[in-house]
Amino acid sequence: MPVETMVQLSEIEFRYPVGGFALRIPLLEVARGESVAVIGPSGSGKTTLLQLIAGISLPASGTVTTNGTAVNLLDDAARREFRIQNLGLVFQEFELLEYLSVLDNVLLPYRIHPRLTLDSGVRARALALAECVGVSSKLDRKARKLSQGEKQRAAVCRALIAEPRLLLADEPTGNLDPDNKQRVLDILFEQASDSHSTLIVVTHDRDLLDRFERVIDVKEFHADRGKS
Amino acid sequence: MTDILFLAWRYLAHYRVKTAILVTSIALIVFLPVGLNVLVGQSAEQLTARAEATPLLVGAKGSPLELVLSSLYFESDVPDDIPWAELEAIADSGLAQPIPLDARFRARAHPIVGTSLEYFDFRGLRLAEGRRMAVVGECMLGARAAADLAVGVGDAVLSSPESLFDLAGVYPLRMRVVGVFAASHTPDDRVVFVDVKTSWIIQGLGHGHQDLAAAGAAAAVLKQEGNLITANASVVQYNEITPENIDSFHFHGDLGEYPLTGVIAVPRDEKSGVLLMGRFERPEVAAQIVRPATVMTELLDTVFTVRAYVVAAIGFAGVGTLATAALVFLLSLRLREREIETIVKIGGSPMRVAAILVSEIVVVLVLGAAFAGVLAVLASRYGSEAIRLWITS
Repeated sequence: MPVETMVQLSEIEFRYPVGGFALRIPLLEVARGESVAVIGPSGSGKTTLLQLIAGISLPASGTVTTNGTAVNLLDDAARREFRIQNLGLVFQEFELLEYLSVLDNVLLPYRIHPRLTLDSGVRARALALAECVGVSSKLDRKARKLSQGEKQRAAVCRALIAEPRLLLADEPTGNLDPDNKQRVLDILFEQASDSHSTLIVVTHDRDLLDRFERVIDVKEFHADRGKS
Repeated sequence: MTDILFLAWRYLAHYRVKTAILVTSIALIVFLPVGLNVLVGQSAEQLTARAEATPLLVGAKGSPLELVLSSLYFESDVPDDIPWAELEAIADSGLAQPIPLDARFRARAHPIVGTSLEYFDFRGLRLAEGRRMAVVGECMLGARAAADLAVGVGDAVLSSPESLFDLAGVYPLRMRVVGVFAASHTPDDRVVFVDVKTSWIIQGLGHGHQDLAAAGAAAAVLKQEGNLITANASVVQYNEITPENIDSFHFHGDLGEYPLTGVIAVPRDEKSGVLLMGRFERPEVAAQIVRPATVMTELLDTVFTVRAYVVAAIGFAGVGTLATAALVFLLSLRLREREIETIVKIGGSPMRVAAILVSEIVVVLVLGAAFAGVLAVLASRYGSEAIRLWITS
């Protein structure tokens, strides 16, 4: 049975506007349902790789195909549409809206996109996710009053609420104690497994790498340094 | 739409102090000109109503406005006197019914107005308790004066000395309260009404003292020439008029020269009013006659002009406040840059973000306008009462 590709980056060249730092990716493929860890030193382009896959950043050349769609060839509106329909994103600094409660942050994708309908089923899923990651007792609390670990878990819930086909997580366990690290990874893997989703996780934590099917070191994609 | 409003509301509710300041600022910008118009309009109505109910007013030459404020609202300084003879001249002319006013003294903060019984009918004052004054030394109180002084029928009111340190000045007179008027919601409510003769007694133009011809009064006699007895300083002067001493009260000099602060003239008809005004046009006449309504209209014209400037100033302040609010909003946009980016990264469109931000502005404007509306309703409902209290206080 042929392996279905979820993500394919082909002949990608990406340059930052300043600093002369560039990523050059001849070919990178991630299979549907695969779990991949992305590693590399700080500032090596791990987050950039996730943003290329998500269509948040655009390459200078090459094609980013995610779930069969050439994301970088879409216009802004289509890319946003694509993200909300296909991706779950956990940002490095959580990026919760501090004036919203935990529950409202989790439900945020449903409030900002007209195609998503916020019904009782979604609310029930939000409660279940919060229960799984251990923030069910904090659902009414404002995001700014959460600890770092609680914020991270709430951000994971927000990424999972729309049942994404591809889950991109930028250091989702970075601020968690060992128990909670495992707990968050468990839920990420569980969600990915239940929905046959693909999981790409940026991490510094080498102790967690053996849980992933594949590890990608972004250093191999480094092009020139020093000048653009 | 519901979700957009929800997110806008959550933001505003979270930053409630900032929201409250913005809402209050906008409410004040909207309300101040409206409220000012309402309050000035109501003030003008009330001031004009009393002035229009007083056809003509006679007083000493000088500021017509002071004469009107003194005679109708019992405010302003005491105007120069006119003699009682002016009142008699008006009565003799047959053109108008004169009502004397002598408003120069106070009982604590309340004006003591010497007048005649005709005044009460003219103003339509209705007794709440007691009776009308019948002899000198009695007084009747407006409703507010009775409440403030905490006195009723059977109690006494003391006129205030003009100066504590003026030993030769006016001595307080203790006056018996015989009647209290029902509230009229006019300046009359805070007045202590007395007969004009009682006012003259307070002024020292009339007085009562021990009978110098009686046995035992020799110590108070300075000299006696036939029936003319001159008292020395030890003579006992009465500071209260009682049935026992009322016969000793008397006035010296020519009654025609006795002072009044004003005379309300109620002309028999329009023509009589015009004729009466013509009489005061003569240069040798020492008094002036004014139509209070005309005087108040001139005053209100000035007030309305000032109001226009104030409204313009509020308008400029409003523009400044809105500009500041816009600046606050723009600065907050910079602070919210990351939040906006997050929404877009997740999949929200810039239009959606703009809709949320616009909704926040609209909600603030609507709340501000609603708050201003509440203030305007309160002003229109209670402003009239507040102005009445201010006028009668």
